[in-house]
Parts: sequence; structure tokens; C-alpha cells
Amino acid sequence: MAEEQTLKRTFAEAPPAVIEQRGGRGGDRSLWVDALGAGSILAILFALYLALIWAPTEAVMGDIQRLFYFHVAAAWLALGPSFGVVAACSVLYLWKKDLRYDRIASASAELGVMFTTITLVTGPIWARPIWGAYWTWDPRLTTTLVLWFIFVAYLMLRSAVDAGHKRARLSAVFGIVGWIDVPIVFMSIRWWRTIHPTVIASEGGGLAPDMRLALFVAIGAFTLLYAYLLVVRVRQEDLATRLDRVRHQLYLR
Amino acid sequence: MGFLGQAWTIAWKDILGELRTREMVFSMLLFGFLVILIFNFGIEPGLRDEALVKPGVLWAAFVFAGILGLNRSFSSEKENDCLQGLLLCPVDRAVIYLGKFLGNFVFVLAMSLAVLLFFSVLYNVDVIAVLPGLLAILGLATIGFCAVGTLFSAVSVGIKTRDVLLAILLFPVLVPVILAAAKSSAFVMNGEGLFAGGSWLAMLVVYDVVFLAVSVMVFDYVLEE
Repeated sequence: MAEEQTLKRTFAEAPPAVIEQRGGRGGDRSLWVDALGAGSILAILFALYLALIWAPTEAVMGDIQRLFYFHVAAAWLALGPSFGVVAACSVLYLWKKDLRYDRIASASAELGVMFTTITLVTGPIWARPIWGAYWTWDPRLTTTLVLWFIFVAYLMLRSAVDAGHKRARLSAVFGIVGWIDVPIVFMSIRWWRTIHPTVIASEGGGLAPDMRLALFVAIGAFTLLYAYLLVVRVRQEDLATRLDRVRHQLYLR
Repeated sequence: MGFLGQAWTIAWKDILGELRTREMVFSMLLFGFLVILIFNFGIEPGLRDEALVKPGVLWAAFVFAGILGLNRSFSSEKENDCLQGLLLCPVDRAVIYLGKFLGNFVFVLAMSLAVLLFFSVLYNVDVIAVLPGLLAILGLATIGFCAVGTLFSAVSVGIKTRDVLLAILLFPVLVPVILAAAKSSAFVMNGEGLFAGGSWLAMLVVYDVVFLAVSVMVFDYVLEE
């Protein structure tokens, strides 16, 4: 049964010739990935120092405001890179029919769930003492929640279909539609009143320079972490595909 | 036969099948009535904002009942390999999408009109006076609902858990439609006229245009065999 599934999966993945070409890829550990990992750990530690110790305490909100650096960084990654990569790789997959794009989109969606969850958890912790409520139906909050549902739906769709080109096609279609939908969701909910603080406006927003530095470092650190996790996850999937191919060859002999 | 003629032929096939079996619209309708009934227990009579809650109830009923129809839209084609036959038609894939979309649009709209009548009686809303406005909103919202719904119905057709999966895929993407439709019908029901909620109407139009266009473009990839 297991072999049968493997067989099906490998056939669905790609013709052997295509896999052969990238046999070397994703196999060996390479220096730049380790460097990226080390770099993101250092950057996170630095961001923690800046956010928790170095940045001045907010005059009105107190220490709870320090949550904001990670909240904003996670929200940026969820809405920006994570979803952007899902959409871009979905389009690229439909165009090029290369399953590697599908694996990148899938890895990015998983990270998207993680960062969206961080945003949705840190937000209410801050909002409870500051706004007096865990949740309000503000455009950004609601959009983030809808985004979370779209990411999870994307992964649910993937888990319901056997690996291969069919799964890649269907999830690419959903990824593209979801990505187009999010700005419309935001627009539609914005016509209600908003109480979410605008931190980075075109005029510079209401943020002290030290705080802004801490914020940008946090965003940079999280972005590095995202890049590292994405690379690791995609390599993992590449290896799984290769493993399937090897198993398949052994089975045939 | 032109593009629209071909699409209508596919839609007419679905409508004719439905007229003969009467299995889908009737169950959608009954389910819509039930949603209206059940929401009634959640709303205290004399609630201060009762007028604001009513459009929400109506749209919840439309969406929950409508998704039943979308579920059947492509899965009914699975019987006797009808889907293969449909794909073998010497027409563009966009025509198949448009045909299925038109069929769904007719079914959901028919269901909505009956549910609207039921709602009007049970919730004491005089819909006759505001019917033109409501119909405009209903039409626009049903286009958006069926545009994405038909696409996702095709996405989920070959999947074991398709019923629940379709709801999980569809509802988050439908948020703007539900919100805009509920908001603009609140304006209409309160007698403020269709254009009091003009920006919501614009939102519906934008959503319809964007997702019809996107769906036509990507539908090719969904049914690739």
C-alpha cells in the first residue's frame, strides 16, 4: 500500500529526467543556509535587546507597548512576504509547471499561518489593557483574521489532495484568488470606523526615533528568520521528493 | 453559436436537469428557510438594533443555502462521467465556466427570491416597497457569490472532503460580498434608498468584475486532466 502510494506520487511529481537534472539540489548542507540561520538568530537576539531593554518605555502604555515591535514585524511578514511569495509562486507554477514553485508556495503558506497567528495572539494581549477589549472589528484586525482563514484553507486544500501536479494546480488557483481577495477585504472593512493606531504613515507617524529603530530591527530580524525557515522548509520538501524517487527506483528493481 | 450561446447551452442543460429532478433548488430553499427560523431564536424580540440584525440574517441564509447548490454544481457532473463529456465539448474552457456560473446564478437567485419572501413574512419586513433596490443588490451579490463559488466548486470536485472544504475555501474569500450586501440592503430596508450605500454597491460591482475575470483566466488550470 505504501509503495503503491509512493509509486503514484512519484509518477505524478515529474518525469524522471526532470528530477535527474536537479538531483544535486537540496541535498547537501551549504554554508550560506547555515550562515542565514546564524544571522537570523543573532538578529533576533539583537532585536530582543533593542525592543525589551534599549528602547524607551512608552509614556502612557508602559511596558506592554514593547510587544508592538514583534506584533508589527509578524504582521508585516504575514501580509507582505508570506502571502506575496505564495501568490508569486502560484503564478510561476501555473506558468512554468515546475513543482519546486509549488513547494516554495506551500512552505511560505505554513510560515504565513505562523506569523499571522503571532500577530493575532500579540494583538489582543496588547489591546486588552489599552483598548479595554481583546478584539474589535477593526479593518486591520478583521483582515488579518480573514487572512489567517485563507492561509489555513490553503493548507487544508493541500492536505486533502494527493501530492503532485493536481494539488499544485488547485492550490495555485486558490492562492491567487485569495491573494487578490485580501486587499478587497481590507477595503470593504475599512468603511467601518477604525481605531487601530497608524504607526507608519506617510508623514512619519507618531513614533519616537529610538522606537522606530527598534521596530525596523525587529522587522529585519523577523524577515531574516522567515527567509531562513523558508529555505529550510523548501529543502526539506525537495529532499522528500528525492527520497520518493529513490524509493521508487528501488521498488522497480 | 456564439460564446454566450454556448455558455447558455451548458447552463440550460443544468436548468433542464433541475426542472426534471427538482432535487437541488428545493433542498436549498428548505435549508434557507431553516436558517431564517433558527436565527429567529437568537434574536430577542424588541431588541434595540433589530433593524440592523435583519439584513445579516437574510445574508447568512442566502450564503448557507447557496453553498449547498454550489456543492452539487460540479459533483453532479461526476455521475456517469458527465464531467469528461463536458470537457470533451469542442468549446473553450471559459465557456464551461461561464455556463456553470450561469446555471448556479439562476439556481441561487431563484432560491434567494423565495427565501426573501419567507423572510419578509416572518420578520415583518415590507420587501415589496423596496424590492427594486433589494433585487439590484441581490443580483450583484449573487454574481460575486457564484463567480468565486463556481470556481471553487470545480476546485473541490475531486476531493473526498469536498463539502466541508468548499465552505472553508469559499467563506473567507466571500467576506467582502457578504459585508457589502448586508450593509447596502440595510440602507435599502431602512428606506434610505439604494444609493445611500453607494460605495457598498461599487464594492459589489468591483468584486464581481475582478473575480469573474480572474476565474475565467484560471479556470483552465482547475479542470486540466
